Order: sequence, then C-alpha cells, then structure tokens
Amino acid sequence: MSEKKLTLALMDPPYESANSTTALRIIAAALQQGIHVNVFAYEGAVCLPLKDQAPHANPVKGTTVEQEEHPTTKAFVSELLKICNGQPLLNWVNCGLCVDERGAGNVVDGVKRGSPADFLKMAQESINTLVIPTK
Amino acid sequence: MSKYLLIESRDPFESRDTEFLVQTATDLRHRGHEVVVFLVQNGVLAGRQSAKGSYLGQLASAGVTVLADNFSIRERGIKPVELQAGIKLSGIEELVDALMQKNTKAIWH
Repeated sequence: MSEKKLTLALMDPPYESANSTTALRIIAAALQQGIHVNVFAYEGAVCLPLKDQAPHANPVKGTTVEQEEHPTTKAFVSELLKICNGQPLLNWVNCGLCVDERGAGNVVDGVKRGSPADFLKMAQESINTLVIPTK
Repeated sequence: MSKYLLIESRDPFESRDTEFLVQTATDLRHRGHEVVVFLVQNGVLAGRQSAKGSYLGQLASAGVTVLADNFSIRERGIKPVELQAGIKLSGIEELVDALMQKNTKAIWH
C-alpha cells in the first residue's frame, strides 16, 4: 500500500439526498490533497454520472437555463475525473448489474463498469473505506 | 486501542436512532478507544445551544471529540456562536484527514 488511497461506496441516486453532495465534497477534498480515490457506485448512485442529465430552465421563476445555472451531478463527476497529478486520481466504478437494471449505461467519459468484486479490491488497497448508505 | 470516526448525518428530531450513535460512541470511549463524532448535514442541528435534550452533552462528558461541518452549519443558518460548548467547528478537509489516519474505523450514520 504505497499510495494514499481512500475508497467510498455510494448508494444514493442523484437529487434525492444531501449524502450525494457530502460524498462529492469528500471526494473533491481528498483529490485536492493528492489522495487517490476509488468510488464504487452501487444501486441508485450509478445514475450520478448519467450523461443524459440536462440542466433546465425554471418556468415558475421565469429563468432561462443559463440564468438557472442548474448543477448536474454528471458535471461534478466529470470535473472530479479531470483532477490529476500526472495520472488520474479518481477511479469511479459503477456496479454493472445496477446499471443494467436502471438502463443507466450512458455515462460520462472515464466512468468504468464493474462488480462488487472491484469494491473488495478497492477496500483492500485503501487506507480506509467509507460506506455511505441510503437511510 | 483503535480510533473510531462516527459520522452523524441525521437530525435527532427526525430520527430517534441517533441514540445508536450516543450508545456506540460512549461505549467505545469507555473501553479506551479514541472516538471522534463528525456532525454533517442535518446532524449539525443537534449542536445548537437551543436544541433541547440534545445528546451531545453526553458525548462531551464521556470524552468524545465532537466536530461540526462548517458548510452544513452555514447551509442551515447556524452561527458558530450558537453551537454548544465543546463542539469544534471543522470542515470536510479535516474529515478527509481523519479518514486517512491508519487504523481508523469510519462509520456513517
């Protein structure tokens, strides 16, 4: 275990829980410290990097898409994947079975497909593993 | 002796099972382990001085370190001076530092 690595398991789908925001904050802070981060997205969390997400206008407030600046989790994941120190620091793996169940295979570049066996490997090579479950 | 990092995200006024955190943290401390409770999201609501019957006093008296996420506090309009004595203002960077300490067991609740 020569590299500093942290693994997170995420389960919440996007736009449902503050857990997603906190998870993304933890990932960003770790990457900014040069820590290699593994993410295993399970269940609804496989939709966090879904490419089909689209920002929208708000007809109630009368704002346009540009004025609304609606944040999408796919954009956050994309930006986190770009943080690197000569080599990518973030390894994001979506659970393949969870992806198939949800038809969520169209994801942003850099997101991989895997299985719980990958999560075991990630945990074994990391200093710590944080599981953020759904309520 | 191990280090335990308990991350509390739940509002005690919404989830009665925050008692789980108190029991776990105090029992671990009584067994000689180092215990840190990190309040995040609605978990910070228990840290207000005006939160009647908050469980956090039990943690402090048991020797548990209690930290509160500054971002979560700002989101909820809580000023640092409104926090109970003994709660230290912290941030997500400190949480990452704690996670990266070897032999630290992290539990999200």
